[in-house]
Amino acid sequence: MNGPHDLGGQDGLGPIRPESEHDEPVFHASWERRVFALTLAAGASGQWNLDESRHARERQHPISYLSHSYYENWLAGLETLLLENNMVTPDELASGITGSLPDPNRSPPLQATDVASALHRGKSVQMPIDRPARFHVGENVRVMNNHPRGHTRAPRYTRGRTGLIKTYHGAHVFPDQHAKGERVGEPLYSVEFTSRELWGTGGNPLDAILVDLFEPYLEHA
Amino acid sequence: MTHDHSDDHTEPPADIELRVKALETLLVEKGLIDPAALDVLIDTYENKVGPKNGAQVVAKAWTDPAYRTWLLEDAAAAISSLGFAGRQGEHITVVENTPGVHNLVVCTLCSCYPWPVLGLPPTWYKSAPYRARAVADPRGVLKEFGTELPDDTQINVWDSTAEMRYLILPERPTDTDDWSTEDLALLVSRNAMIGTEKARLPKEVKRQ
Repeated sequence: MNGPHDLGGQDGLGPIRPESEHDEPVFHASWERRVFALTLAAGASGQWNLDESRHARERQHPISYLSHSYYENWLAGLETLLLENNMVTPDELASGITGSLPDPNRSPPLQATDVASALHRGKSVQMPIDRPARFHVGENVRVMNNHPRGHTRAPRYTRGRTGLIKTYHGAHVFPDQHAKGERVGEPLYSVEFTSRELWGTGGNPLDAILVDLFEPYLEHA
Repeated sequence: MTHDHSDDHTEPPADIELRVKALETLLVEKGLIDPAALDVLIDTYENKVGPKNGAQVVAKAWTDPAYRTWLLEDAAAAISSLGFAGRQGEHITVVENTPGVHNLVVCTLCSCYPWPVLGLPPTWYKSAPYRARAVADPRGVLKEFGTELPDDTQINVWDSTAEMRYLILPERPTDTDDWSTEDLALLVSRNAMIGTEKARLPKEVKRQ
């Protein structure tokens, strides 16, 4: 979707103002700690995947997305996912009062003793497919000028632009389908664009931008 | 509220602490989370996993040519051999800065970042201005970090749009030939591994 999260190339957002690396805390308020951990712990339920959780954040109204701090966006996304997966009701969320007791059929939540192994295990998105990759390293490709209404990982600033296949990463889970709950593998490439191709005369003639793009986003150029 | 360091967003509402507390209570009562697991998750990323991991990787690559080759060819395996692996680091590529080429990492669509080697991303990395400008004006962005590159240096910007995570292998500072791997790791700042800065100079750190 052409949402507020797709920020590459946007102007007018002000200076970055990085905090000093020595002084910056990992979290800036205790609620941020809890939102971070709640999101990971609730995500361990397996009710949704990473792309669904990204999509839940980016589906917010653009004014909300851009005016929220980072963990406020996480909180908004988590609330959306809990509601959509019927894990909490709107009344429960609004009142904070538990309306129904735990579902006995639901598997137990992530336990403290299992956190380290779950984090260490991670979740590979590599997904072997039974067809060869369509593009080869060194070939020119164009990013198709599509504007899907759902989740996609082809940034707007690359659409319609021509780049060079730099690396083939193998087939990975395709985010556009994954955000709809389907696990399908598609070839993933690192595509190199010149700064001039993306930004016209405002680009630097020496510089390049490398973007990881899935095969369905691309066509021969 | 201590969240006053940035002007790229408005202040969170004052009741957010209460809203989050209420949500946690609700999820505990409904059996959807175990609060003890939350404490372990927080402790992991606040105290255990952070850029010191990445600094060890870089310092080893600076001193061990075979490891450097392995790291550039199969980063996830080389990094995992030092014990760093897992969530948001399942697929990693390491790219090397050279005298003529500087690399910079961003995630324009969200906040993708190699957690096992760098921990959670800093606020600026997740901020709208960095995500917007790193791809369009990397030289302007680097200046905001106090990093000036020669005009003839090429900049490659890596936009982490899929599940491949990127870590920069900075150039080893000169006059460090007799430094131990442990001391070299002190030169490897987090920002050098994102690419907004170069590695620290020997005079900037106190050797052990």
